[in-house]
Amino acid sequence: MHELSVCQSIIDQVTQIARQNNAQSVSRIILEIGPLSGVEAPLLEHAFPIASAGTIAQDAILEAQILPIRIRCNLCHNENKASANKLLCNACGAWQTTLISGDEMLLKSVELEK
Amino acid sequence: MCDTCGCNITDANHHLVVKGGQHAVTESGNEAIEVLQNLLHENNHRAAHNREHFDLHGVLAINLMSSPGSGKTALLEATIDKLKNNSDLSIAVIEGDLETENDAQRIRDKNIPAIQITTGSACHLDAYMIHDALHELSLDGVDIVFIENVGNLVCPASFDLGHHLNVTLLSVTEGDDKPAKYPVMFRASNLNLITKSDLLPFLDDFNVSHAEENIRNLANPAPVFQLSARKDQGMDQWINWLKQQLKHYQEHLARGETVLPAVQSEGQKLHSAHSHQT
Repeated sequence: MHELSVCQSIIDQVTQIARQNNAQSVSRIILEIGPLSGVEAPLLEHAFPIASAGTIAQDAILEAQILPIRIRCNLCHNENKASANKLLCNACGAWQTTLISGDEMLLKSVELEK
Repeated sequence: MCDTCGCNITDANHHLVVKGGQHAVTESGNEAIEVLQNLLHENNHRAAHNREHFDLHGVLAINLMSSPGSGKTALLEATIDKLKNNSDLSIAVIEGDLETENDAQRIRDKNIPAIQITTGSACHLDAYMIHDALHELSLDGVDIVFIENVGNLVCPASFDLGHHLNVTLLSVTEGDDKPAKYPVMFRASNLNLITKSDLLPFLDDFNVSHAEENIRNLANPAPVFQLSARKDQGMDQWINWLKQQLKHYQEHLARGETVLPAVQSEGQKLHSAHSHQT
C-alpha cells in the first residue's frame, strides 16, 4: 500500500525536472523496477492517475520496466538469474552471493513536451 | 541509493547511460531526460540528514521491523529491564503505530524516553516522520535509539529512515517460511530474532533451521538468534550483540564514517564514507 507515496515522490521529482527544462507537460515517465525493490509495478500504475491528477504529469504515460534478478557468486564468481527468495549460485549452490540487479527502484527517464 | 556517485547504474541499466544509449532520443521527437534517480529520492535525502543527526550525537539508530504482534515492544521492555543496572548503555525509543499511544506509554512506564508516531493509515514509517520525532527527542546522553516500525513485513523495508541497522523479528507462531514469503524484508536484516522461543516445544511446525535456511536463501549472512523476552531466554546474546554493534559504530564514527543498513549498495557505502570525510 505504499505505492501511492512512491507515486507522489515520482510526481515531485518529475515536476522539478519539467520546471528545470521549461517543459509544458510530461508525456512519458519510464521507471526501472526490480522485483526485490519492494515496489509492485502494477500497483504503481494504478496509483499513478490519482497521484498525478492536476499536476504537470497528469497526461503522462507511466511505463515500468521490470529488471531481472541476477546474482554474482562470492565464491566461484559465476553469474546467473535467480528468483526473489532463492538468490543462490547455479554453479556451486552457494548462498554467499551478491545481487547485481533486481532491487532497482529508479526513475530512469522523463519525456517532456515544450 | 544515492544519485550523485553513479551507484544507481547497475549492470542491468549500464547500457542506457553510455553514449548512444537506446533511450537518448524518443521516436516522437520529444526531449528525453535521463534521470536514474531513486524513486524515493526525497525520502532518502531526508534519511541521510537524519543519519547525520544521529552521527553528530554518536547515537546508534536501530530499526525494528516485523509483523504485528511478534513482540517488538515486549523485546524493548525486556531490553530496558536487562540494561537497568548497566549505566554505560542508555536508550530512547521512537514508536510507530497507526493509532494509539499504547506502545510509547509502555516504554515510558519504565522511565525511558519514548516518542509515539501515529501514522494514521500509513503502513510504514518514513524519514520525514523520524525527522519530526527527532525534534521532540533529546539525544544527549543516549547511546542507542530504537525505532519500532509499524508492524508490517512489506512496506517498511522500502523506506530508509536514516537508521544504521535493521533488526527483523520473526515469532515462532508465524511460521518458518516467512523469510521466503517476504524476501525484501528479510534480505535487509542485519540481525534476525526468532522471538517467543519459549513456545517452540508446543509448536510442531516451526523449525528454526528451516527459518535460517530461508534467510540464507536470500544471500543474507546476518546472525539468527532465538529469544523469549517474557521468559528472559536468550536475552544476554541480544544485549551482547547490541554492545558489539555500538562499539563497531563508534569505531566507524572515529574514522569519519557512518554505518548503513544491510541492503545499501556498495557504491553508496563508499560515497557516504567519502562525504563524511570531507
